[in-house]
Amino acid sequence: MKTLKKLESIPVNGSMHRRKFLGYVGGTAAVATVIAACNHSDDFTGSLEATNGPSPVNLGSGDVGILNYAYALEQLEAAFYKQVITTQYSGMTADETSLLTDIRDHEVAHREFFKAALGSAAIPALTVNFTSINFSSRDSVLTTAKTFEDLGVSAYNGAGKLIKDVNYLLVAGKIVSVEARHAAYIRDLISYGSFANDNVVNPVTGLDLANDPPTVLKAASAYIATQINASYLPTK
Amino acid sequence: MNLQNIFNQIENTDPEIYERLDGRRELMQRFTKLGSKFALTAVPVVLGGMLNKAYSQAPASIVSILNFALTLEYLESTFYAKGLATSGLIPESQRPSFDSIAKHELDHVQFLSSTIIALGGTPVAKPTFDYTAKGTFPDVFATKDYATFLALSQTFEDTGVRAYKGQAGGLISNNDVLTAALQIHSVEARHASHIRSVRAALGASTKPWITLNNTGIGAAVAASYAGEENTNQLGVNIKALPSIKGGSSTSADTATEAFDEPLTKAQVLTIVMPFIQ
Repeated sequence: MKTLKKLESIPVNGSMHRRKFLGYVGGTAAVATVIAACNHSDDFTGSLEATNGPSPVNLGSGDVGILNYAYALEQLEAAFYKQVITTQYSGMTADETSLLTDIRDHEVAHREFFKAALGSAAIPALTVNFTSINFSSRDSVLTTAKTFEDLGVSAYNGAGKLIKDVNYLLVAGKIVSVEARHAAYIRDLISYGSFANDNVVNPVTGLDLANDPPTVLKAASAYIATQINASYLPTK
Repeated sequence: MNLQNIFNQIENTDPEIYERLDGRRELMQRFTKLGSKFALTAVPVVLGGMLNKAYSQAPASIVSILNFALTLEYLESTFYAKGLATSGLIPESQRPSFDSIAKHELDHVQFLSSTIIALGGTPVAKPTFDYTAKGTFPDVFATKDYATFLALSQTFEDTGVRAYKGQAGGLISNNDVLTAALQIHSVEARHASHIRSVRAALGASTKPWITLNNTGIGAAVAASYAGEENTNQLGVNIKALPSIKGGSSTSADTATEAFDEPLTKAQVLTIVMPFIQ
């Protein structure tokens, strides 16, 4: 397949602008088609449980770098909620099970979306490190969920200005508000009414958190075994 | 064609034109260079491109977006202030949450107003609102109909989220304003999530996130959820992606819940206009 070959020739994690990326395949619809054709080669389940030591991952530069950055965070969240639902904490109510399962499915959809949209420019599956999380403890699980959701919101808020293509900016906007919905729900589970408290919303300006990639990745690194190189990401 | 005349006219119209570009001399040099490559008939196109570069990112369009946002924040802020001032409407147990939401909306009003002024613009005046939307809804402040108050709250928050999302692209040229708008956008989403949970606890058919284009309220607010049923993102069919349940398919519920959709300014104004007297 000629198109596929061209797509595969794009350097993984390399710098690539959307126009150039699309130039390889002739349009977004074509990207989706090519990606659908590629999916079978990469086993969907269990990819995060790599047994060999993880090799460092380079997010790349430009918009692709930012999308890979988001893909990394979504991988982390999806893996976390997968575990939350697989090994449910004691006393998880039916409502909690239902809505935490929803969140898991959303994060998986985000992860698979980025994987598909990035195609061969996507970073590989990351290896997570959840040794600090006690999945049988409601407190431990919800506190970690809050950390991840608030971190995700602050990451997308901080990354918006680094995105050049308005279409990518829009899709980041479509995802960040869902992360904020998750964050509010989790926060209310922990402490009712804390959905947007002063820890996340500035009490003077009414603005939510926004963090740059180094800050976010430093916080996330406690839960990701794979070393991530973000040094080529845009900074303004 | 006399380029000098064209420049003089532009200067008369906008004395700051050269601050927007690279200075008059460089502009002249660019045209001089272009002169050898392009026929004179191409000059208007080239000039148009340069002016587009100069003005497409001008504060005017950004101020206009911020004033649009300010109108929405006034709609919310006034609504919650009236709600909190109406005794017997909001249950005591819920007051702290609405205090918090009301404060955020007021903070947004003040933040947007001061940003507009800082950009050289004039903040729009606070409209007079009709929260019955010309009789579509009961007057919750008279009837103390908490369920309708919550339904309106949810609609305002979800619409606000979609409105900011729709304007993000228009702010891409100004990093500071874009970031601030995103920071407001996610606060509105937090509010929406909370309100939707409050309604769910009272028996409404809602989750913290939006499923398909379900309103959980009724046809009166359908316009605020129209388009949320989209399952295609950047040309990727989300429903065809592998899900955790196995196989290459994701449910339409998940595919739509996972992505919130934008509304255009025109769509938002259509929704909001009935609430403005």
